[in-house]
Amino acid sequence: MIPGNFEYHSASGVDEAVALLAEHGENGKLLAGGHSLLPMMKLRFAEPAHLIDLNGIEELRGIREDGDTLVIGAMTSENAVIASEVLQRRCPVLPEAARLIADPQVRNRGTIGGDALHGDPGNDHPAVLMALEAEFVVRSQKGERREPANGFYLGPYLTRLDDGDLVTAIRVPIPAPDHGYAYAKFKRKTGDYATAAACCLLEMEGDTCRKVRLTLTNVGPTPLRAEDAEELLTGQTIDAERIEQAAQAAMSICEPAEDLRGSPEYKTHMAGEMTRRALHTALERARGG
Amino acid sequence: MAKHAITLNVNGQAMDVAVDSRELLIHTLRDRLRLTGAHIGCETSHCGACTVDIDGASVKSCTMLAVQCQGADIRTVEGLATADGLHAVQEAFTQEHGLQCGFCTPGMLMRAYRFLQENPDPTDDEIRHGMAGNLCRCTGYQNIINAVRVAGEKLRQGEAEPAE
Repeated sequence: MIPGNFEYHSASGVDEAVALLAEHGENGKLLAGGHSLLPMMKLRFAEPAHLIDLNGIEELRGIREDGDTLVIGAMTSENAVIASEVLQRRCPVLPEAARLIADPQVRNRGTIGGDALHGDPGNDHPAVLMALEAEFVVRSQKGERREPANGFYLGPYLTRLDDGDLVTAIRVPIPAPDHGYAYAKFKRKTGDYATAAACCLLEMEGDTCRKVRLTLTNVGPTPLRAEDAEELLTGQTIDAERIEQAAQAAMSICEPAEDLRGSPEYKTHMAGEMTRRALHTALERARGG
Repeated sequence: MAKHAITLNVNGQAMDVAVDSRELLIHTLRDRLRLTGAHIGCETSHCGACTVDIDGASVKSCTMLAVQCQGADIRTVEGLATADGLHAVQEAFTQEHGLQCGFCTPGMLMRAYRFLQENPDPTDDEIRHGMAGNLCRCTGYQNIINAVRVAGEKLRQGEAEPAE
């Protein structure tokens, strides 16, 4: 399988990439790691006339701390996310999720920006970035703006990005030092998308939940934030009963499509189980376990 | 549409080729350079049969455009053995029966070659995760895991020299 014809442009800087995007409008598409886009182009699900390769833009890679925020270049590879000492220390849920994406070869090419921005409801980073309350730094010819991850995903392959937009970086507020976290992903095999997955970030005050974020992957047209479940937990002692109530609340917002991974009922059930596991693990970690 | 003139350094040799934008690296290697070691399996970046080494990292060459490899150092399975004999990973796959039909083997070898540089003394669990991007439909994987472990031992002991 070979993609259809297109004109290839290798951008050497952000300004050039933005100018190329503006020039080609809806006929232009950005190429990051290519491990979602190129397979779609082989199948003719995507047929851009112009492909603008971002791989030559060094400033789009790398991870740094900026005060109380982590700034992750959109072209940072999944393996760089996994290997990042800063992320391991400050925000370990990102490497935890990245390790569950695809396989070693794919993670060498695949980028956090590609995964987060493609709009595929099966991708893992969107739910994690929603739980982290991350923001995308968006450049276009109109200038720079920020888009919060929450509210960014509108439908399958549909986000708040316009044709001329290029995301340069992802800004992640550094979670509290003693926070608990977990990304629980159920998948059939290595490299598969989640049958269901749940992300939990948790801050405890003794036995009481000070703050919690719960999000779900691949059980709806977009990643989902389980706000009702969060409300059930916030300010409460987290025990088995609360966790069960939260899992039921998370299940109630699922609307997965039937596919080879299972029926809607099964996927919803697994979303509940992933919610329980993510909460348990995050709680253990918050308690220093 | 105009072709792109690119230079690839393949197994230590500079190769000039003219490629279409849409040409995938696996096709350049196989059809233009006649390096047919890397195989085309799934074509969807799942199976790993097309794995080659690009600038020191394992990559599935069915999911990278040739034009993106301008100036890159590429190593394929043809570049593993030297005039002195087989590479340690090749020896180990032979000794441990790490293959049956052999279709996945070039990808397995190239991934093992890079993995053992990333992690020279892996546990079996680390080998399983490190080789997780390569599918084999014959062996049941256990002999492949054994082969990678033995290759690691050979490399660590400096026994990469061929026996014959």
